Amino acid sequence: MATTPEDLKYSKTHEWVRIEGGVVTIGITDHAQAELGDITYLDLPEPGRLLQFDAQFGEIESVKAVSELFSPVSGTVTEINSSIIDHTEVVNEDPFGQGWLIKVELSDSSELAQLMTAEDYVKFAEAGAH
Amino acid sequence: MIDHEPLIFELSRNGRRGANLPDCDVPQKSAAELLGEENLRSSLPLPEVSELDVVRHFTRLSHRNYAIDTGFYPLGSCTMKYNPRINERTAALPGFASLHPMQPEQTAQGALELIYQLQQHLADICGMYATTLQPSAGAHGELLSMMMIKAYHSDRGDLQRNVVVIPDSAHGTNPASAASCGFKVKGIPSNDRGCTDLNALKAALGPDTAALMLTNPNTVGLFESDIVEICQLVHDAGGLVYCDGANMNAMLGLARPGDMGFDVMHFNLHKTFSTPHGGGGPGCGAVSVKQRLEPYLPVPVVTRDKDTGAFSFCHDRPKSIGKIHSFYGAFLIAVRAYTYIRALGPLGLRAVGENALINANYIRSQLQDSYDVAYKSPICMHEVVLTASRQKQQSGVRALDISKRLMDYGIHPPTNYFPLIVPEALMIEPTETESKQTLDAFIEVMKRIAVEAIECPEQLKSAPHNTPVSRLDETLAVKSLDLRYEPLFAPEE
Amino acid sequence: MQRRGLTKNVAYISNTDTDRQEMLSAIGVSSFNELLAPIPSQVRWSGDLPIPPALDEHSLYRHLSALAARNANAEEMLCFLGAGIYDHFRPAVVAALASRGEFATAYTPYQPEMSQGMLQAIYEFQTMICGLTGMELSNASMYDAATSLAEAALMAVHTTGREQVVVLTNVHPNYREVVKTYLKSSSLEYIEVCPEEAVEHFNSSTACVLTQSPDFFGCVQPLQVLSSAVHKAGGLLVVASDPVALALLKPPSYYDADVVVGEGQGLGNAMAFGGPLLGFFACKKSFVRSFPGRIVGGTVDLEGRRGYTMTLRTREQDIRREKATSNICTNQSLLALAATIYLSAMGKNGLRSAADLSLQKAHYACERLCALKGVSMLFPDRPFFKEFALKLPVNPEIMNNALLKHGIIGGLSLSQYGAHLANGWLVCVTETKTRGDIDLFVDAVRTILEEVSC
Repeated sequence: MATTPEDLKYSKTHEWVRIEGGVVTIGITDHAQAELGDITYLDLPEPGRLLQFDAQFGEIESVKAVSELFSPVSGTVTEINSSIIDHTEVVNEDPFGQGWLIKVELSDSSELAQLMTAEDYVKFAEAGAH
Repeated sequence: MIDHEPLIFELSRNGRRGANLPDCDVPQKSAAELLGEENLRSSLPLPEVSELDVVRHFTRLSHRNYAIDTGFYPLGSCTMKYNPRINERTAALPGFASLHPMQPEQTAQGALELIYQLQQHLADICGMYATTLQPSAGAHGELLSMMMIKAYHSDRGDLQRNVVVIPDSAHGTNPASAASCGFKVKGIPSNDRGCTDLNALKAALGPDTAALMLTNPNTVGLFESDIVEICQLVHDAGGLVYCDGANMNAMLGLARPGDMGFDVMHFNLHKTFSTPHGGGGPGCGAVSVKQRLEPYLPVPVVTRDKDTGAFSFCHDRPKSIGKIHSFYGAFLIAVRAYTYIRALGPLGLRAVGENALINANYIRSQLQDSYDVAYKSPICMHEVVLTASRQKQQSGVRALDISKRLMDYGIHPPTNYFPLIVPEALMIEPTETESKQTLDAFIEVMKRIAVEAIECPEQLKSAPHNTPVSRLDETLAVKSLDLRYEPLFAPEE
Repeated sequence: MQRRGLTKNVAYISNTDTDRQEMLSAIGVSSFNELLAPIPSQVRWSGDLPIPPALDEHSLYRHLSALAARNANAEEMLCFLGAGIYDHFRPAVVAALASRGEFATAYTPYQPEMSQGMLQAIYEFQTMICGLTGMELSNASMYDAATSLAEAALMAVHTTGREQVVVLTNVHPNYREVVKTYLKSSSLEYIEVCPEEAVEHFNSSTACVLTQSPDFFGCVQPLQVLSSAVHKAGGLLVVASDPVALALLKPPSYYDADVVVGEGQGLGNAMAFGGPLLGFFACKKSFVRSFPGRIVGGTVDLEGRRGYTMTLRTREQDIRREKATSNICTNQSLLALAATIYLSAMGKNGLRSAADLSLQKAHYACERLCALKGVSMLFPDRPFFKEFALKLPVNPEIMNNALLKHGIIGGLSLSQYGAHLANGWLVCVTETKTRGDIDLFVDAVRTILEEVSC
């Protein structure tokens, strides 16, 4: 069974957000990595890029699937997790920890209200996974 | 089977030769003098093996390959039917195989006549007006069709038509081909019967509609019973209707896409007309069109002089979309398809359609208790789509596991995970050439596997067990990217 | 006429009438026509298709033989045509092995456990194409040289983000036409310039330049200046080449080519009236995520045994759908296999011999033809490989028609490709022509020239 930490917020496109002041960390959920299978490639934005809420910011590939990454917030990319680029298996192994993708400085923290709680996300993921 | 066959490069020994070439019988000059020293290479990394090495190596490789000639190959949407040997014999005739594409037309009248006749036969089989044999594959035919549709609309000044509507059950090539031509793709969902949802279609159509791309029978093996209305709706909106002919085998002699309202379609001569798939190619994606699209066909077009009966290539076609192949397409594939059509005639082609339907429905009737059938419909066409959802829920056995287990019984798996709208899809297309005995043996194995899925699921999850290799590490393949034999390119000591 | 019942048994269909009756009963229908229920009655075809009646196998073979006999073929005639399709020697082992049913009647190797034979052969093919072209990466093959070139142009457009493709006029005219068709359908800019002026046309919107060497006229083209200029402008160098010539010539990688494409028909495949063909596509490793077509990679199975599988599949259209950068979803496996068998049999020394023999014989033929009155070379300053362009004192069409009576298929008339090529005649000589064949050819040309000038 997929884990879903209580302290994070979730998007309908299966990204998670960890809020630490004005900077948030973004990754993909355990459910998403399990659906994708072995991740082989990540296309992440350069630091400094402006992201729009719900707009594509990158791509994630497994052996047989491609998935677009959608930004759960608006803001500026401050950091990407460069250690996973050549070790994409970390995203499968530890999606909420070592496998984080990017950090973003928020430009509109009110958008966070549109994200789901862990409880809501679990229901949402179950409904979609019939 | 042999456990391991080395690479041809590993068999190489300096100085071995595998072909006898003549001595030079003309006055010789050095290559440096003729080509310039600065243009010559020093090393050439190719193997050095004897003729016997070559024969054994590739014969052994052939033993590590499954094919229609080896056994049952029910790969859905691929129409893996028997490839008659006479086709190979006629295609090998020097009068076809040893023709140069640029030799004078008067010296290739037999070849031109064959192209001309095959084009006509295909148009008659699908109820269209004209045909081109130039596309090299189904996807190439799709691309050509999109190019012609684009040219048609822009020729009429209908420039705002930039949307191609495609059902979610379509082959991935459909959206890729439309997008390659600069069209926007508008996907529409299928209805609960697995067919085109008329309301969704109506909502998607408008003044920007260039075309609808539709596979019929569709990818869940069902005939689009509303097809006449579908075509009418698209035409009323000012668009054209394209038929992905991947499943034409189901309709041979039974129904014609042209009569249904389609404006353009591609054939896969390597599916419907029995030319060998060749391990992935070559194929031929011949395209047939209604009269209004005929001016846009790629050049050259084979024509026949009414007075003399002589055949020639016509290049003077001002509205043509241009050339899409180095020459005229896969001529030797056309020879095979022509041979096949002439071998069967109208009754034989109809028998193909009939037996393709009977065989698929028979499998469906025998397996519907052991597996769930995707989209309940009393009748399927030439293929049946099962789903392993029940097995996945019961024991975590997935469609892929069932497929791999089939290999242990010496049967090629059905198509997996397509169409995308069916979870855990197992798409089975038996084709007309298989006998009831073969189908019964397959049905027996499938039932046994359904039992195994409950009783010993691990046996399936670790399958296959007696193929030359077991499941391969595809993640490693992507991550390590071993795409050529590197030791060959190591700098010389 | 409404057809009743089922068609009687025909060849290639295994079921008997009894089988069919049993199956229909098992399905639960009383007649076959019930299976047609989903097809609306107004579009059901109930008559016979308007095609000729079936032929028995022997009559069929005679019919096809008669059609074939109406064509002049290169086994009976001496063929001096080239222009992308070559009459090279084909060792008997190539057809014998490539036609094996285990290869020929298999589908795309989507199930690697059952397709190791073809997968390993394609891996070997990729390695050999890398060896010939000097490139780091080769795909599993494409439709033909023309579409490979078009795909290279599209890849350059996608990777550089630029929309202008510069095509040199020494590229095969048919290839240029195909590239033009592809670019037009994607609303991209196609510019055709002569090689001498090419560098003047490179600018910040140039995605790539497409050239050919040996070119359409058989000449070996200098690539260094072109390469430096296009790279300086930020574009890619795409070179179409002849794999047999690459047995002798420096590979395009030496000049820092980004993509090398070409026609592999000459590697053991039949001329086949121009199809099916074997496009090859090789490029720098930096394009590993953007190159078109299939590719096979090595890996291991669960027990650690070496095996091969199609890889980098996420670039392909069946997964990426409308976001794919190419709609190609196939390759020419069987022809790639034939080329692999050919290159194995010929090997390093055999391919070099075939190339050197072609070079020597072409130069012998050229020298002898140019000794004839009124015959001269169109491009005397460029080194050539196995083809050369001549200027004839007569219309080449007349020459070719007259040569047919001597049992010879002459060169390609170049008049159709522009006024500057009037009376141009492109002649090809490979290792399959003996000195006697060439002498016969030259004598026939001399005789015809004398007859025409009388």
